[in-house]
Amino acid sequence: MDALHEFCLRMGDNTLVLGHRVSEWCGHSPVLEEDIALANTALDLIGQTQMWLGLAAEIEGQGRTADDLAFLRDAWDFRNLLLVELPNGDFGQTMMRQFLFDTWHHAMLTALAGSSDDRVVAIAAKAVKEASYHLERSAGTVIGLGDGTAESHARMQAALDLLYPYYGEMFAADATDTALAAAGIAPLPESLRASCDVRLRQVTEEATLTLPASSFAHSGGKTGARHTENLGHILTQMQWLQRAYPGATW
Amino acid sequence: MVAPRPDPVEIWAWLDAVPDPEIPVISVVDLGIVRDVAWDDGVLTVTITPTYSGCPATSLIATEIESALRAKGIDRLRIDRRIFPPWTTDWLTEKGRARLESYGIAPPRAAGGPERCPRCGGSDLERISQFGSTPCKAQWRCRDCLEPFDYFKCI
Repeated sequence: MDALHEFCLRMGDNTLVLGHRVSEWCGHSPVLEEDIALANTALDLIGQTQMWLGLAAEIEGQGRTADDLAFLRDAWDFRNLLLVELPNGDFGQTMMRQFLFDTWHHAMLTALAGSSDDRVVAIAAKAVKEASYHLERSAGTVIGLGDGTAESHARMQAALDLLYPYYGEMFAADATDTALAAAGIAPLPESLRASCDVRLRQVTEEATLTLPASSFAHSGGKTGARHTENLGHILTQMQWLQRAYPGATW
Repeated sequence: MVAPRPDPVEIWAWLDAVPDPEIPVISVVDLGIVRDVAWDDGVLTVTITPTYSGCPATSLIATEIESALRAKGIDRLRIDRRIFPPWTTDWLTEKGRARLESYGIAPPRAAGGPERCPRCGGSDLERISQFGSTPCKAQWRCRDCLEPFDYFKCI
């Protein structure tokens, strides 16, 4: 089914691109514990990518692997949300991006436990355990830094103002989403919005942050229609080895 | 002449001698990642499950299981990977939990944190970081003996 293939690409590209972004912190974090936490989060996300892109490759049936999909597709073939390809910024911005993603990711994976496709259920059941741990940490960090010093508060508010316009894309539906929902494979994206909004309000309130008034949302990432310029820059790093030395292995 | 097929009970015992590559004090059986051992038409199938989906030890564990069984004379062998039901720390054996603690790693608890310091037994504990040296661990510290220690995350 084409919609399921597209869905696996969307899920896998989200975790791949965010996993790569988070891994950029390795060796650069403010303290050792955060460095380890970020690297472990990235590792979970890349592990989940192997499962989603592995299933995408299986459905595709052209003999490609998860690695082929990760390293040999070009920017226009990627189906990740715009949010996850945005640059890391400072540590606060990275953690705000993680919190916004984790909020949706956790809700989506939880809902996928009821998918009509057993393979989707299996991947989601594995990934949701990791996502709930990520959410606990990112929500706690957003609260700690938002309700921290004047400096950390200002940085977290700036991060929320910058990233909130990328939150809405998670809940926007297209024909693929409608087909997936009709087949019982995945929930309609907007059905996740209410619970995510509740969490977002709770956490930002506790963090003494103000949600932007405008609900304007950028779009074009998950449909592949219009990525930001950042995605191409990520791919030049992430895919460099396989592009320069095709088929290279350890 | 058909080669003798060792009983799965014996094979489980052999696997219980294969150490986890990152926490060698416990075996891959203690860790709960060996889910099934069965003969299928003369081929031994060992089914394993990853702890965390990105755990880099998973492929090494498969290799070590394979070489341990080949050393026992089993040459028709397949390692299957299964992700459902997802791995849980409930599958750690009692022996494994005890060995973790004596090695200095507090075993997982449903309460979400260690019961006592694995070094001094103290109960005045604080979390340093939700993550640790491997995906399956977090970092804690004992306020009694002031030593940091690993806690095996409960999932």
